[in-house]
Amino acid sequence: MSDEDVIICRCEDVTRADVLKAIRDGYTDLESLRHHLNIGRGPCQGKTCIPLVTRILRQETCASMDEIGLPTARPPMRPIPLGVLNVKEGDE
Amino acid sequence: MKDKAHVVIVGGGVIGTGVAYNLAKMGMTDVVLVEQKRHSYGSTGRCGGGIRQQWSTEENIRLAKASVEQFERMNEELGVDIGYIQGGYLIPAFTEDEVRDYRKNMALQNSLGVPTRWLSNEEIKELVPMLNTEKMMGATFCPTDGHANPFAVTEGYARRAKEMGVEINLFTTVTGIDVVDGEVKRVHTDRGDIETEFVVNAAGPYSPLIGRMAGIEMPNKPYRHEILATERFRHFLDTMIISFHHGLYFSQTTRGEIVGGIGNPDEKPGYNLSSSLDFAVRMARALIEFMPQFKNVNMVRQWAGFYDVTPDAKPILGEVDEVRGFIQANGYSGHGFMLAPIVAQLMAELIVDGKTSMPIESMNMRRFKDMDMVQEANVVG
Repeated sequence: MSDEDVIICRCEDVTRADVLKAIRDGYTDLESLRHHLNIGRGPCQGKTCIPLVTRILRQETCASMDEIGLPTARPPMRPIPLGVLNVKEGDE
Repeated sequence: MKDKAHVVIVGGGVIGTGVAYNLAKMGMTDVVLVEQKRHSYGSTGRCGGGIRQQWSTEENIRLAKASVEQFERMNEELGVDIGYIQGGYLIPAFTEDEVRDYRKNMALQNSLGVPTRWLSNEEIKELVPMLNTEKMMGATFCPTDGHANPFAVTEGYARRAKEMGVEINLFTTVTGIDVVDGEVKRVHTDRGDIETEFVVNAAGPYSPLIGRMAGIEMPNKPYRHEILATERFRHFLDTMIISFHHGLYFSQTTRGEIVGGIGNPDEKPGYNLSSSLDFAVRMARALIEFMPQFKNVNMVRQWAGFYDVTPDAKPILGEVDEVRGFIQANGYSGHGFMLAPIVAQLMAELIVDGKTSMPIESMNMRRFKDMDMVQEANVVG
Protein backbone atom coordinates (compact mmCIF):
# COMPACT_ATOMS: atom_id res chain seq x y z
CA MET A 1 0.00 0.00 0.00
CA SER A 2 1.37 3.39 -0.91
CA ASP A 3 1.36 6.37 1.40
CA GLU A 4 -1.38 7.94 -0.69
CA ASP A 5 -3.85 5.17 0.19
CA VAL A 6 -3.52 5.60 3.94
CA ILE A 7 -6.91 6.29 5.50
CA ILE A 8 -6.81 9.63 7.29
CA CYS A 9 -10.48 9.78 8.35
CA ARG A 10 -11.93 6.40 9.31
CA CYS A 11 -15.46 7.75 9.75
CA GLU A 12 -15.62 9.02 6.15
CA ASP A 13 -13.03 6.84 4.32
CA VAL A 14 -10.91 9.83 3.37
CA THR A 15 -7.38 8.96 2.18
CA ARG A 16 -4.15 10.94 2.22
CA ALA A 17 -4.55 11.35 -1.56
CA ASP A 18 -7.98 12.96 -1.02
CA VAL A 19 -6.47 15.41 1.47
CA LEU A 20 -3.59 16.30 -0.86
CA LYS A 21 -5.97 16.88 -3.75
CA ALA A 22 -8.20 19.15 -1.63
CA ILE A 23 -5.16 21.20 -0.57
CA ARG A 24 -4.14 21.54 -4.22
CA ASP A 25 -7.74 22.67 -4.97
CA GLY A 26 -7.27 25.58 -2.58
CA TYR A 27 -8.71 24.31 0.71
CA THR A 28 -5.75 25.42 2.78
CA ASP A 29 -7.27 25.99 6.22
CA LEU A 30 -8.58 23.24 8.47
CA GLU A 31 -12.20 24.38 8.66
CA SER A 32 -12.56 24.65 4.87
CA LEU A 33 -10.96 21.21 4.47
CA ARG A 34 -13.29 19.82 7.10
CA HIS A 35 -16.39 20.98 5.25
CA HIS A 36 -15.07 20.05 1.82
CA LEU A 37 -14.05 16.50 2.78
CA ASN A 38 -16.68 15.97 5.51
CA ILE A 39 -13.92 14.98 7.90
CA GLY A 40 -14.32 15.47 11.63
CA ARG A 41 -18.10 15.07 11.56
CA GLY A 42 -18.44 11.34 12.25
CA PRO A 43 -18.58 9.55 15.59
CA CYS A 44 -15.01 10.56 16.55
CA GLN A 45 -15.69 14.23 15.75
CA GLY A 46 -12.18 14.72 14.41
CA LYS A 47 -10.19 13.23 17.26
CA THR A 48 -8.43 10.88 14.84
CA CYS A 49 -8.24 12.83 11.60
CA ILE A 50 -7.73 16.46 12.61
CA PRO A 51 -4.17 16.01 14.03
CA LEU A 52 -3.20 14.02 10.91
CA VAL A 53 -4.69 16.56 8.53
CA THR A 54 -3.04 19.39 10.45
CA ARG A 55 0.34 17.74 9.93
CA ILE A 56 -0.24 17.19 6.21
CA LEU A 57 -1.39 20.80 5.82
CA ARG A 58 1.72 22.13 7.56
CA GLN A 59 3.99 19.92 5.44
CA GLU A 60 2.29 20.91 2.20
CA THR A 61 1.74 24.63 2.76
CA CYS A 62 4.42 25.57 5.33
CA ALA A 63 1.61 27.59 6.94
CA SER A 64 1.65 28.58 10.59
CA MET A 65 -0.92 27.22 13.02
CA ASP A 66 -2.52 30.68 12.96
CA GLU A 67 -3.09 30.42 9.22
CA ILE A 68 -4.32 26.83 9.42
CA GLY A 69 -6.69 27.59 12.28
CA LEU A 70 -8.02 24.90 14.64
CA PRO A 71 -11.68 23.91 14.13
CA THR A 72 -14.06 24.83 16.93
CA ALA A 73 -14.47 21.94 19.37
CA ARG A 74 -18.19 21.13 19.68
CA PRO A 75 -19.87 19.48 22.63
CA PRO A 76 -20.38 16.71 23.62
CA MET A 77 -16.86 15.26 24.11
CA ARG A 78 -18.19 11.79 23.27
CA PRO A 79 -21.44 10.77 21.56
CA ILE A 80 -24.26 10.59 24.09
CA PRO A 81 -27.67 8.88 23.66
CA LEU A 82 -30.57 11.35 23.51
CA GLY A 83 -32.32 9.18 26.13
CA VAL A 84 -29.61 10.08 28.65
CA LEU A 85 -30.25 13.79 28.06
CA ASN A 86 -34.03 13.31 28.33
CA VAL A 87 -34.34 14.31 32.00
CA LYS A 88 -37.82 15.34 33.12
CA GLU A 89 -38.53 18.98 33.91
CA GLY A 90 -37.68 19.66 37.54
CA ASP A 91 -35.02 16.90 37.60
CA GLU A 92 -32.35 19.05 35.98
CA MET B 1 -7.02 42.47 -4.68
CA LYS B 2 -8.69 44.83 -7.16
CA ASP B 3 -8.83 48.50 -6.09
CA LYS B 4 -11.86 49.31 -8.23
CA ALA B 5 -15.02 47.35 -9.05
CA HIS B 6 -18.58 48.09 -10.18
CA VAL B 7 -19.99 46.03 -7.29
CA VAL B 8 -18.59 45.07 -3.89
CA ILE B 9 -20.44 42.28 -2.10
CA VAL B 10 -19.95 42.09 1.66
CA GLY B 11 -20.49 38.53 2.89
CA GLY B 12 -19.46 35.12 1.53
CA GLY B 13 -22.50 33.12 2.60
CA VAL B 14 -25.23 31.78 0.38
CA ILE B 15 -26.66 35.26 -0.29
CA GLY B 16 -23.38 36.98 -1.15
CA THR B 17 -22.08 34.16 -3.33
CA GLY B 18 -25.54 33.82 -4.90
CA VAL B 19 -25.57 37.51 -5.85
CA ALA B 20 -22.03 37.16 -7.25
CA TYR B 21 -23.07 34.15 -9.34
CA ASN B 22 -26.20 35.85 -10.68
CA LEU B 23 -24.34 39.06 -11.53
CA ALA B 24 -21.73 37.09 -13.45
CA LYS B 25 -24.45 35.09 -15.21
CA MET B 26 -26.00 38.38 -16.35
CA GLY B 27 -22.62 39.46 -17.74
CA MET B 28 -21.55 41.68 -14.84
CA THR B 29 -18.17 40.32 -13.74
CA ASP B 30 -16.56 43.52 -12.43
CA VAL B 31 -17.42 42.30 -8.96
CA VAL B 32 -15.41 41.80 -5.78
CA LEU B 33 -16.75 39.72 -2.90
CA VAL B 34 -15.21 40.16 0.57
CA GLU B 35 -15.73 37.72 3.43
CA GLN B 36 -14.35 38.16 6.92
CA LYS B 37 -13.80 34.41 7.49
CA ARG B 38 -14.52 31.58 5.06
CA HIS B 39 -17.58 30.74 2.97
CA SER B 40 -20.68 29.89 5.03
CA TYR B 41 -19.00 30.82 8.33
CA GLY B 42 -21.52 33.36 9.63
CA SER B 43 -25.03 31.94 9.20
CA THR B 44 -25.34 29.76 6.11
CA GLY B 45 -23.14 26.95 7.42
CA ARG B 46 -24.89 26.90 10.77
CA CYS B 47 -28.45 26.56 9.49
CA GLY B 48 -30.77 23.57 9.28
CA GLY B 49 -30.94 23.61 5.49
CA GLY B 50 -34.74 23.61 5.27
CA ILE B 51 -36.55 24.82 2.13
CA ARG B 52 -40.19 25.63 2.82
CA GLN B 53 -43.02 27.37 0.99
CA GLN B 54 -45.52 27.14 3.85
CA TRP B 55 -45.58 30.78 4.95
CA SER B 56 -48.32 33.06 6.21
CA THR B 57 -47.55 36.13 4.07
CA GLU B 58 -47.80 36.44 0.32
CA GLU B 59 -44.27 37.85 -0.16
CA ASN B 60 -42.56 34.95 1.59
CA ILE B 61 -44.69 32.35 -0.21
CA ARG B 62 -43.93 33.86 -3.64
CA LEU B 63 -40.18 34.16 -2.91
CA ALA B 64 -39.96 30.63 -1.48
CA LYS B 65 -41.85 29.11 -4.44
CA ALA B 66 -39.53 30.84 -6.92
CA SER B 67 -36.52 29.57 -4.93
CA VAL B 68 -37.77 25.98 -4.98
CA GLU B 69 -37.95 26.13 -8.78
CA GLN B 70 -34.24 27.03 -8.74
CA PHE B 71 -33.23 24.43 -6.12
CA GLU B 72 -34.89 21.78 -8.31
CA ARG B 73 -32.41 22.40 -11.15
CA MET B 74 -29.42 23.53 -9.10
CA ASN B 75 -27.32 20.32 -9.29
CA GLU B 76 -27.26 20.69 -13.04
CA GLU B 77 -26.85 24.46 -13.09
CA LEU B 78 -23.97 24.65 -10.59
CA GLY B 79 -22.39 21.28 -11.30
CA VAL B 80 -22.43 20.22 -7.64
CA ASP B 81 -24.48 17.81 -5.57
CA ILE B 82 -26.41 20.07 -3.22
CA GLY B 83 -27.79 17.14 -1.21
CA TYR B 84 -31.35 18.08 -2.14
CA ILE B 85 -34.16 15.99 -0.70
CA GLN B 86 -37.59 17.13 -1.83
CA GLY B 87 -39.51 15.12 0.75
CA GLY B 88 -41.90 17.81 1.92
CA TYR B 89 -42.44 19.66 5.18
CA LEU B 90 -44.91 18.33 7.72
CA ILE B 91 -46.35 20.89 10.15
CA PRO B 92 -48.57 19.25 12.79
CA ALA B 93 -51.16 21.30 14.69
CA PHE B 94 -51.62 20.84 18.43
CA THR B 95 -54.50 23.25 19.25
CA GLU B 96 -57.81 24.33 17.67
CA ASP B 97 -56.29 27.78 17.03
CA GLU B 98 -53.37 26.23 15.18
CA VAL B 99 -55.75 24.10 13.07
CA ARG B 100 -57.63 27.26 12.07
CA ASP B 101 -54.46 29.30 11.33
CA TYR B 102 -52.76 26.48 9.38
CA ARG B 103 -55.88 25.93 7.25
CA LYS B 104 -55.99 29.64 6.52
CA ASN B 105 -52.29 29.65 5.55
CA MET B 106 -52.88 26.57 3.40
CA ALA B 107 -55.65 28.37 1.48
CA LEU B 108 -53.34 31.34 0.82
CA GLN B 109 -50.50 29.00 -0.24
CA ASN B 110 -52.86 27.06 -2.57
CA SER B 111 -54.10 30.32 -4.12
CA LEU B 112 -50.47 31.10 -5.04
CA GLY B 113 -49.86 27.67 -6.56
CA VAL B 114 -48.16 25.92 -3.62
CA PRO B 115 -49.57 22.36 -3.31
CA THR B 116 -49.99 22.24 0.49
CA ARG B 117 -52.64 19.77 1.69
CA TRP B 118 -54.25 18.77 4.97
CA LEU B 119 -53.37 15.38 6.49
CA SER B 120 -55.35 13.55 9.18
CA ASN B 121 -53.40 11.80 11.95
CA GLU B 122 -53.87 8.50 10.07
CA GLU B 123 -52.37 10.06 6.94
CA ILE B 124 -49.48 11.46 9.00
CA LYS B 125 -48.78 7.91 10.24
CA GLU B 126 -48.77 6.63 6.68
CA LEU B 127 -46.24 9.29 5.69
CA VAL B 128 -43.97 8.97 8.75
CA PRO B 129 -44.83 5.72 10.58
CA MET B 130 -42.47 6.37 13.50
CA LEU B 131 -44.02 9.73 14.41
CA ASN B 132 -45.96 9.90 17.69
CA THR B 133 -49.25 11.50 16.62
CA GLU B 134 -50.98 11.20 20.01
CA LYS B 135 -51.34 14.94 20.68
CA MET B 136 -51.56 16.02 17.04
CA MET B 137 -54.75 17.38 15.44
CA GLY B 138 -53.75 16.82 11.83
CA ALA B 139 -51.05 18.62 9.88
CA THR B 140 -50.34 20.55 6.75
CA PHE B 141 -47.97 18.91 4.28
CA CYS B 142 -46.36 20.42 1.21
CA PRO B 143 -44.68 17.72 -0.90
CA THR B 144 -42.48 20.15 -2.84
CA ASP B 145 -40.81 21.55 0.31
CA GLY B 146 -37.50 19.93 1.28
CA HIS B 147 -33.95 20.51 2.44
CA ALA B 148 -30.41 20.72 1.05
CA ASN B 149 -26.77 21.13 2.10
CA PRO B 150 -26.05 24.86 2.62
CA PHE B 151 -22.24 24.43 2.31
CA ALA B 152 -22.62 22.74 -1.08
CA VAL B 153 -24.92 25.43 -2.46
CA THR B 154 -22.58 28.23 -1.34
CA GLU B 155 -19.52 26.45 -2.65
CA GLY B 156 -21.29 25.86 -5.97
CA TYR B 157 -22.23 29.54 -6.32
CA ALA B 158 -18.72 30.69 -5.35
CA ARG B 159 -16.96 28.35 -7.75
CA ARG B 160 -19.13 29.27 -10.73
CA ALA B 161 -18.86 32.99 -9.93
CA LYS B 162 -15.05 32.71 -9.80
CA GLU B 163 -14.92 30.77 -13.06
CA MET B 164 -16.86 33.61 -14.71
CA GLY B 165 -14.46 36.27 -13.40
CA VAL B 166 -15.70 37.44 -10.00
CA GLU B 167 -12.91 38.11 -7.49
CA ILE B 168 -13.49 36.47 -4.11
CA ASN B 169 -11.41 37.52 -1.11
CA LEU B 170 -11.77 35.34 1.99
CA PHE B 171 -10.34 36.32 5.39
CA THR B 172 -10.81 39.97 4.45
CA THR B 173 -12.52 42.36 6.86
CA VAL B 174 -14.48 45.44 5.83
CA THR B 175 -13.37 48.31 8.05
CA GLY B 176 -15.28 51.27 6.59
CA ILE B 177 -17.51 52.55 3.80
CA ASP B 178 -17.22 56.02 2.25
CA VAL B 179 -20.44 57.75 1.27
CA VAL B 180 -20.06 61.00 -0.68
CA ASP B 181 -23.06 63.19 -1.56
CA GLY B 182 -25.47 60.41 -0.65
CA GLU B 183 -23.72 57.90 -2.88
CA VAL B 184 -21.54 54.86 -2.17
CA LYS B 185 -17.91 55.64 -3.14
CA ARG B 186 -15.43 53.26 -1.53
CA VAL B 187 -15.14 50.18 0.68
CA HIS B 188 -12.18 49.98 3.06
CA THR B 189 -10.81 46.57 4.05
CA ASP B 190 -7.84 45.37 6.07
CA ARG B 191 -6.25 44.37 2.74
CA GLY B 192 -6.83 47.57 0.80
CA ASP B 193 -9.59 49.86 -0.47
CA ILE B 194 -12.01 49.28 -3.35
CA GLU B 195 -13.63 52.12 -5.25
CA THR B 196 -17.17 51.12 -6.21
CA GLU B 197 -20.67 52.15 -7.28
CA PHE B 198 -22.61 49.42 -5.49
CA VAL B 199 -22.25 47.78 -2.09
CA VAL B 200 -24.36 44.69 -1.40
CA ASN B 201 -24.84 44.17 2.33
CA ALA B 202 -25.10 40.38 2.55
CA ALA B 203 -23.47 40.14 5.97
CA GLY B 204 -26.46 38.43 7.62
CA PRO B 205 -26.37 38.88 11.40
CA TYR B 206 -23.46 41.29 11.00
CA SER B 207 -25.31 43.46 8.46
CA PRO B 208 -26.29 46.18 10.98
CA LEU B 209 -22.55 46.71 11.63
CA ILE B 210 -21.90 47.09 7.89
CA GLY B 211 -24.91 49.43 7.57
CA ARG B 212 -23.59 51.62 10.36
CA MET B 213 -20.29 52.08 8.45
CA ALA B 214 -22.36 53.84 5.75
CA GLY B 215 -24.32 55.82 8.34
CA ILE B 216 -27.40 53.59 8.06
CA GLU B 217 -29.23 52.48 11.21
CA MET B 218 -30.91 49.11 10.70
CA PRO B 219 -33.72 47.45 12.72
CA ASN B 220 -32.51 43.81 12.52
CA LYS B 221 -30.96 42.06 15.52
CA PRO B 222 -29.04 38.76 15.91
CA TYR B 223 -30.67 36.03 18.02
CA ARG B 224 -28.78 32.84 18.86
CA HIS B 225 -30.41 29.59 17.75
CA GLU B 226 -28.91 26.26 18.75
CA ILE B 227 -28.87 23.09 16.70
CA LEU B 228 -27.53 19.54 16.94
CA ALA B 229 -26.61 16.55 14.83
CA THR B 230 -26.89 12.86 15.68
CA GLU B 231 -24.85 9.93 14.47
CA ARG B 232 -25.62 8.71 10.96
CA PHE B 233 -27.97 5.86 10.24
CA ARG B 234 -29.94 4.29 7.41
CA HIS B 235 -32.14 6.74 5.55
CA PHE B 236 -35.71 6.50 6.84
CA LEU B 237 -37.01 10.07 6.87
CA ASP B 238 -37.67 12.07 3.70
CA THR B 239 -39.89 14.64 5.36
CA MET B 240 -38.74 17.68 7.32
CA ILE B 241 -40.84 17.94 10.46
CA ILE B 242 -41.46 21.27 12.14
CA SER B 243 -43.68 22.40 14.98
CA PHE B 244 -44.42 26.05 15.58
CA HIS B 245 -46.03 24.84 18.82
CA HIS B 246 -42.68 23.52 20.14
CA GLY B 247 -40.41 25.82 18.10
CA LEU B 248 -38.91 22.59 16.77
CA TYR B 249 -37.58 21.36 13.43
CA PHE B 250 -35.66 18.27 12.34
CA SER B 251 -34.80 16.32 9.22
CA GLN B 252 -32.43 13.58 8.07
CA THR B 253 -29.62 14.71 5.77
CA THR B 254 -28.39 12.76 2.74
CA ARG B 255 -25.46 11.77 4.99
CA GLY B 256 -27.92 10.09 7.37
CA GLU B 257 -27.63 12.39 10.38
CA ILE B 258 -30.67 13.85 12.09
CA VAL B 259 -30.15 17.63 12.23
CA GLY B 260 -32.52 19.83 14.15
CA GLY B 261 -33.07 22.66 16.57
CA ILE B 262 -35.52 24.09 19.05
CA GLY B 263 -36.01 27.76 19.88
CA ASN B 264 -35.62 29.40 23.26
CA PRO B 265 -38.29 32.06 23.85
CA ASP B 266 -36.08 33.66 26.53
CA GLU B 267 -33.14 34.22 24.16
CA LYS B 268 -31.96 37.85 24.18
CA PRO B 269 -30.46 39.52 21.10
CA GLY B 270 -26.65 39.65 20.95
CA TYR B 271 -23.58 38.05 19.42
CA ASN B 272 -23.50 34.95 21.62
CA LEU B 273 -22.52 31.72 19.79
CA SER B 274 -21.94 29.43 22.77
CA SER B 275 -23.56 25.98 23.07
CA SER B 276 -25.72 25.18 26.09
CA LEU B 277 -26.62 21.97 27.93
CA ASP B 278 -30.11 23.46 28.41
CA PHE B 279 -30.62 23.32 24.64
CA ALA B 280 -29.37 19.73 24.37
CA VAL B 281 -31.77 18.63 27.11
CA ARG B 282 -34.80 20.43 25.63
CA MET B 283 -33.99 19.16 22.14
CA ALA B 284 -33.54 15.55 23.33
CA ARG B 285 -36.88 15.75 25.17
CA ALA B 286 -38.69 17.12 22.10
CA LEU B 287 -37.14 14.61 19.67
CA ILE B 288 -38.09 11.70 21.92
CA GLU B 289 -41.62 13.08 22.28
CA PHE B 290 -41.95 13.16 18.48
CA MET B 291 -40.21 9.82 17.89
CA PRO B 292 -39.69 7.67 21.01
CA GLN B 293 -37.08 5.53 19.15
CA PHE B 294 -34.73 8.51 19.20
CA LYS B 295 -33.87 7.72 22.83
CA ASN B 296 -31.24 5.22 21.65
CA VAL B 297 -29.69 7.53 19.07
CA ASN B 298 -26.40 9.24 19.85
CA MET B 299 -26.02 12.99 19.61
CA VAL B 300 -22.52 13.73 18.25
CA ARG B 301 -22.36 17.50 17.88
CA GLN B 302 -24.14 20.72 18.80
CA TRP B 303 -23.51 24.29 17.70
CA ALA B 304 -25.19 27.67 17.38
CA GLY B 305 -25.90 30.30 14.75
CA PHE B 306 -27.91 33.49 14.44
CA TYR B 307 -31.35 34.32 13.17
CA ASP B 308 -30.96 37.81 11.65
CA VAL B 309 -34.35 39.01 12.87
CA THR B 310 -36.38 42.00 11.61
CA PRO B 311 -39.46 43.42 13.39
CA ASP B 312 -41.85 41.71 10.90
CA ALA B 313 -39.71 38.58 10.24
CA LYS B 314 -39.40 39.45 6.56
CA PRO B 315 -36.11 40.27 4.80
CA ILE B 316 -34.73 43.71 4.06
CA LEU B 317 -34.19 43.92 0.30
CA GLY B 318 -33.22 46.64 -2.14
CA GLU B 319 -31.56 50.01 -2.27
CA VAL B 320 -31.54 52.28 0.78
CA ASP B 321 -33.35 55.61 0.17
CA GLU B 322 -30.65 57.70 1.87
CA VAL B 323 -27.57 56.11 0.24
CA ARG B 324 -27.59 55.49 -3.50
CA GLY B 325 -25.84 52.25 -4.44
CA PHE B 326 -26.22 50.66 -1.00
CA ILE B 327 -28.19 47.44 -1.54
CA GLN B 328 -29.61 45.54 1.44
CA ALA B 329 -29.92 41.75 1.17
CA ASN B 330 -30.31 40.66 4.78
CA GLY B 331 -32.76 40.33 7.68
CA TYR B 332 -34.01 36.87 6.70
CA SER B 333 -35.11 36.11 10.26
CA GLY B 334 -34.10 32.44 10.10
CA HIS B 335 -35.04 31.60 6.52
CA GLY B 336 -32.26 33.09 4.40
CA PHE B 337 -30.98 29.83 2.94
CA MET B 338 -34.35 28.85 1.49
CA LEU B 339 -34.95 32.31 -0.03
CA ALA B 340 -31.37 32.73 -1.30
CA PRO B 341 -31.72 31.59 -4.93
CA ILE B 342 -34.50 34.02 -5.87
CA VAL B 343 -33.27 36.90 -3.69
CA ALA B 344 -29.79 36.59 -5.21
CA GLN B 345 -31.30 36.72 -8.69
CA LEU B 346 -33.48 39.76 -7.86
CA MET B 347 -30.57 41.68 -6.32
CA ALA B 348 -28.48 41.02 -9.45
CA GLU B 349 -31.38 42.25 -11.63
CA LEU B 350 -31.69 45.38 -9.51
CA ILE B 351 -27.99 46.19 -10.03
CA VAL B 352 -27.76 45.30 -13.74
CA ASP B 353 -31.23 46.35 -15.00
CA GLY B 354 -32.30 48.82 -12.32
CA LYS B 355 -35.53 46.83 -11.85
CA THR B 356 -36.61 43.39 -10.64
CA SER B 357 -38.75 40.68 -12.24
CA MET B 358 -40.70 40.23 -8.97
CA PRO B 359 -41.93 43.10 -6.77
CA ILE B 360 -39.70 43.73 -3.75
CA GLU B 361 -40.95 47.22 -2.79
CA SER B 362 -42.78 45.94 0.29
CA MET B 363 -39.47 44.55 1.60
CA ASN B 364 -37.55 47.82 1.38
CA MET B 365 -36.13 49.07 4.67
CA ARG B 366 -38.35 52.18 4.49
CA ARG B 367 -41.32 50.10 5.74
CA PHE B 368 -39.89 50.29 9.26
CA LYS B 369 -39.84 54.08 9.18
CA ASP B 370 -43.53 54.18 8.23
CA MET B 371 -44.25 51.15 10.43
CA ASP B 372 -46.11 49.87 7.39
CA MET B 373 -45.63 46.18 8.10
CA VAL B 374 -47.49 42.86 7.77
CA GLN B 375 -46.12 40.35 10.25
CA GLU B 376 -44.90 36.92 9.09
CA ALA B 377 -46.24 34.43 11.67
CA ASN B 378 -44.66 31.16 10.49
CA VAL B 379 -41.21 31.46 12.06
CA VAL B 380 -40.02 28.29 13.75
CA GLY B 381 -38.08 28.40 17.03
